[in-house]
This record gives sequence, C-alpha cells and structure tokens, in this order.
Amino acid sequence: MADRQLMTGNEAMAEGAIRAGCRAYFGYPITPQNEILEYMAVHLPKVGGAFLQAESEVAAINMCYGAAAAGVRTMTSSSSPGVSLKMEGISYLAGADLPCVILNVARGGPGLGNIAPAQGDYFQATKGGGHGDYRLIVLAPSTAQEAAELAGLAFDLSDQYRVPALILADGMLGQMMEPVALPAQRDPASLPPKPWALTGAKGREPNYIASFALDPTVLRDLNLRRQARYREIEAREVRWEETATEDAEVLLVAYGTMGRIAKTVVRRGRDEGVKVGLLRPITLWPFPYAPLRALAERVRAVLTVELSAGQMWEDVRLAVEGRCPTPFYGEMGGVVPTPSEILREVKRHA
Amino acid sequence: MPEAGTVTKVFARPRSLTDKHFTYCPGCDHGLLTRIIAGAIDKLGVQERTVIIAPVGCAVFAYEWFRCDGIQAAHGRAVAVATGLKRANPHLIVISYQGDGDLAAIGTAETVHAANRGEAVTVIFVNNQIYGMTGGQMAPTTLAGQRATSCPEGRDVRTMGYPLPVAEMIATLAAPAYVTRQSLHDPRHVAQATKAVEKALRYQVEGVGYSLVEVLATCPTGWKMPPAVAHQHVADVATGTFPLGDLVDRG
Amino acid sequence: MERAVVCAGFGGQGVLLAGKILARAGMEIGLEVTWLPSYGPEMRGGTANCTVVLSDEPIGSPIVESPDVVMAMNGPSLDRFGPRVVGGGAVIVNRSLIDRGVGRADVREISVPANELARELGEPRVANMIALGAVVGALGIVPLDAVKEAMVAEVGAKARPGLVAVNREALDRGYALAEPMGA
Repeated sequence: MADRQLMTGNEAMAEGAIRAGCRAYFGYPITPQNEILEYMAVHLPKVGGAFLQAESEVAAINMCYGAAAAGVRTMTSSSSPGVSLKMEGISYLAGADLPCVILNVARGGPGLGNIAPAQGDYFQATKGGGHGDYRLIVLAPSTAQEAAELAGLAFDLSDQYRVPALILADGMLGQMMEPVALPAQRDPASLPPKPWALTGAKGREPNYIASFALDPTVLRDLNLRRQARYREIEAREVRWEETATEDAEVLLVAYGTMGRIAKTVVRRGRDEGVKVGLLRPITLWPFPYAPLRALAERVRAVLTVELSAGQMWEDVRLAVEGRCPTPFYGEMGGVVPTPSEILREVKRHA
Repeated sequence: MPEAGTVTKVFARPRSLTDKHFTYCPGCDHGLLTRIIAGAIDKLGVQERTVIIAPVGCAVFAYEWFRCDGIQAAHGRAVAVATGLKRANPHLIVISYQGDGDLAAIGTAETVHAANRGEAVTVIFVNNQIYGMTGGQMAPTTLAGQRATSCPEGRDVRTMGYPLPVAEMIATLAAPAYVTRQSLHDPRHVAQATKAVEKALRYQVEGVGYSLVEVLATCPTGWKMPPAVAHQHVADVATGTFPLGDLVDRG
Repeated sequence: MERAVVCAGFGGQGVLLAGKILARAGMEIGLEVTWLPSYGPEMRGGTANCTVVLSDEPIGSPIVESPDVVMAMNGPSLDRFGPRVVGGGAVIVNRSLIDRGVGRADVREISVPANELARELGEPRVANMIALGAVVGALGIVPLDAVKEAMVAEVGAKARPGLVAVNREALDRGYALAEPMGA
C-alpha cells in the first residue's frame, strides 16, 4: 500500500511506458491527453530518452517510424482526431513490421467532436483505420493501475510480434486519478535484441526497412507471413476479465471505462438479486471470441454496453452467433450512462 | 601499351554502392547524384553508421542502392523519419533523399520544421520540376509556363502558383548550418555539387547541424527531351528560376 | 463501505485541489480512491467540480449519481448537486456566497462562511480548505490528520512559508463546524 502513487490514467500510461523502457516519444497537443506529452517532456530526458513535440500528429507518427526503426522502444499519444491523422503512419509501421506503441485517449466524435469520454474509435483501432491488411494489438485499460501495466505489456507484445500496439483509453480514464502501484523499472539494455534494427551496417550486411514490394507475389508472401503472426497472436494473447459469470443470466460485455462502470452495475444488480455478470475484454484485438461464445451458451442475453453507437457490439455478435439475444445499450457524444440506467436495461433482459 | 605494373586505378565504383542496377530512366540525374552521395559516404568513412531514407517517388528504391542501412518513408515524411532516427540514435549519420513533390508539396511542413529545429541530418533535395514516377504531373517546382500532364497548357502562375524557392525559404531560418543549390548539367557543376554534398555530410559528422542540398536535376522522360537537351535546359532555363550557389554556411 | 463526495464551485475556488487532497488522504489510510474531475473549458475559469469515491473495495464507477457529501462553494453548485445528495447525506453550503439552503429535510445542511473565515485567517485563498474541513467532519471516515498530511503533500512543495500552517488551521476551523455523521 505504501508504494502507491496518486496518478491520472494519462500519467500512469506515461510512467508505465518509461518503466517498460520507452526511450523515444513524439507527440502533439490535443485534449484530453496533454498530460502524457507534458509528463514525457519532464521525465523522458531524465532517463536519457528522446522527447520531441512534433509539428503535427503526422510528423509525430513518422518520427516514431524512424525511432522504432533505430531499435528503440518508441511511443506516441493522441486523442481521436489526432489518431485519425496518424493512420497513414500506423499503416506504414504495420507494413514495415515495426514495433511501436500508440495511445489513444479517445474523445467524442466524429470530426472535432468534443473532449468528453467516448468509445467511437473501436472500429478504427481494431478493424484497421489505415489502408491495407493489417492488425494492431489493441489493449483497453479500465483503471489507472491497469493503464500503467498495459503500457508495459503493449511494448512487450509489440516487440515480440513486430506489430504496432495501440492502447485505447478514453478521456475519463486519462483525466481521473487513482492509486497506482507502479511496475518495476526495466533497463532498455536488458530487453531482447533487435537484429533487424537500423544501427549502421557495421560487421554485417545492411538492414533495410520498407513496407514496399512492387512484385505482387513478394508482397503477397510478406502479407501471408504477417497474417501468420496475427493468427499466433489470436491463439496466444487474448486477455479478458470475468466478474460474477458463474451463474449469470444476463451477461454484460463492456471495456475500458464502461467496463468498470459495469462492475458497479453487477454489484448493485447482485444486491437486488439480479443474476448479472460481466465479461470485460482487455485485448480488443485479439477479441475474446471463444470465452464469450462459451458464456453465450448458458445465459439468457448478452448485453453490450458502449460509449458508441455499437462498434464492439459487432464482435460480440460474431462471437455469440445467435446463441442468445444480443441487445445493445450505448451513449454517444461524451455522455456516459450511469450504473442505474444500465441496471434498468439489464433488468429488461433478465 | 603500358605494362601491367604501371596501370593506376583512377576511377572505381564507390564502396558504399551496392551492385543493384538503378531503376532510373536513361539520362536521369538521380543515378549520378546517388553515386555522388555514395562517394561522400566513402570519403568521410561513415558507411558503417549511415542510414539512407528513401522517399516516395522515383527514388523509392534509394535505400537499396547503398551498402548502408536503409529505410523507406511515407510520402513527404522522410525528414520526420530522419528526425526519429537521429534523435533515437545520435550516432547514426542520417541522409534524407527527397524529390520535389515529396519535400516541397506534401512534406512542406516536415521540411520547414526539421530545418527550423536544426535537426542534425542531411537533406538531399532533388529538384527536377516534375512528378516523375507518377507520369509527369506538375510539381511545386515546375517552372512558369512549363507543360506537365496536369497542366497541359503550361503552368499558369495566376492559378497554379509560382515555382517554390525551397533553398531560399529554408535559408531564411536561423537554425540550418548549410543551405545550397547545385546543378549537375556539366562536369564543372558536377564537381561543385560533389563538394557541396561532401560538405553537408561532413557538417553532420562534425555535429555542425542541419544541411539542405538542393540539386537541379533532369527528367528527360517527363520533360520529353533527350538527355543532352535536358542538361542544356537546366543551364539555360531552370537556373534562371533557381539560381545556383550557397545561401547559408555556418560551418 | 463506499462513500462519494462532490466538490463544486467556480474555477479558481480550489475545488479540484480540495478533492485531490481528500483522495490522497484516503489512499494514505489504505482505502481505494478515485478522483474524477470535470475537465476542459471548465478548468479555465468557468464552473468546476470533481467526484471523489472512497472505498474499502476496488471501485467500479467513478461517476456517482448520488453522493454522500456535497461541498457547494457557490450557488450554481448547490442548485446542481444539492438535489442529488443521498438521503441522510450532507451538504456543505458556502454561506459567504450562497444565501439559500438546500431545501431538503432528509439531508444535513452544514452552513460554512468559508470566505469570511478565510479572511479572518488572513488568507482568502484557503476558503476551500475550510470547506474541506467540514467535508471531512461530515464524512467521518478519513481522520483529519491524514487530510492535513495529504494537504502538505499536495501544496507543500509549492507553497510559500506560512501557507501550510494557515491551511492546517483552515481545515481545523471547517472541521469544527461539522461533526461526523452517525454510523
């Protein structure tokens, strides 16, 4: 308990990244994630890392492309409109098999939207907001503690599979403070080597990094190898949390901020004798299709709750495949449903 | 005939070039400039710590010509990639090789801000006044009145703007160490351009700072001119819009 | 056990800081806490509020529909949050700026002339600490000493000499106006 620090979700992700060995950060101001940029400006230089406020989100993600190619653990952060600007660069990172961590502290949209919490970027994060056949590892923290831990996991997975990782948070998680027991500091020198990195062709043949192959069969084969890695990630890296699912009759599915609000719904529902449980995806890609499908065999309904018009809902329905009704409850524009509103909805399907 | 023992090697392929064949059109200056850069890398002895950044455009394969580490960047973002590489590993010698569409149209913001920060990288800017790879469309540097596939009647400056004076623009900034415009239209200018590229690279090696070497180059295919005529066009016409010489030298 | 507090007022009245000190104090005595601010344009001089949840279990929703205690530093805050206080809860009303009551028989109203008391202490800026003292008294689950330590941690490094002492006294003054709620 004594080691806990009171931190915002934004600060927790930034510190979690530094402790995981992040040594290059490039960003651009946008609310509600400015604290990440500001935290990195203060703390990254102290550990010998490179911090730069770029001239745009576009420049920032391409600086990440360069720093990641140099073999350094690299991160950028932004919020929804800024992440849209980064999409071209993210596609290039994916196409060049470069590890990189992108934080999206999402806000209301589309367009300029507002700065309130929202989950309308799920499609963009999980289905490929940029061009081409690619996937991002997508992690969705619901507490500041988890935000700090997932920042580290994002770097580890991204390095291991050479797939960019995105942490999909939202303005509420970014701005709220909670006690955080920070993960241990890791020395970048102790991390697994990256023989593919651009470090200068000394004593070896040159390394080339590109997302480019004019010959269709060559590009197809590159894609096939990448897809094989995606299958491996789907087989090994699915993460989720279940709450009160053993005897649940109505199963809530919610992630991030909605995931934690749903926990309050479960507790209150159980207090009132409603058999409600929760599956909270922690990896949005790979999505926990199998555990959700197993639960769908034995519940009356799977109720998806999101701060969107129903984006993760599509994955939920793919998982359930008609085994039970799959109602949806959501809010948009930065409006966050309260526990009693959600509980009322749960009772309609109990 | 001289005896075998008296033969002296006066010309060789730079060690920093690979054996790959260039994909450039006959008469194009890209190949010559590539060779000049490889020679400069050899001369400074930095082949083992150099990273070449290839743009989108005719030079998209540039990373494969050099016996150095290489990376291909998104259109216009080469110098942002250079910034990331250099900041992450300041020991690297980073060369951003970019054409006019890449550097002066879609990448203008990155170009200006990297120069303004004085990023310790070397930018080689190939100004051939046309989009070569996509088939000869108007570039930001296309001359007034010059025809291109997207301005078939010639560039009308009243509606399409003027050729962008990149070197002059960058020279207004406080941070750059070296800004110059060179040409490759005859042996004397090739020799001068070679010296300029060497100086720009040396400034990076010595930590002096950011350099931009703008090079007037030919595109015989896009211009629809034989190579010799194209070089004469650079001498007689292009240098009128884009005067040659050093604009900044803070070395 | 889970309790929620809303601190609300004009931007600049220090309501976010008051909530942060309460959250830190809760953390230091081993509770789970969340501190959720209203953020954005409100931070730049409009109205501001934050919600603090204190619990002996992991906290689900940081959003609270019915807080146990509301600290209303100005009229609009009382109008907005007064009706939402849970029955049996408490409202701290800054009598210096609010000339009306919460108008509910089922909640305890604690009248605190925060600005006047702050002026008496010679430091008008500590009105928020006086109100926070009353919140701590009404809440009854976080010892005042823990709040004082949290206050030092939050403002200590930046504060000019003397301000910490005035803040301590302000917390005492407010606390004296509110006794802990019944168990």
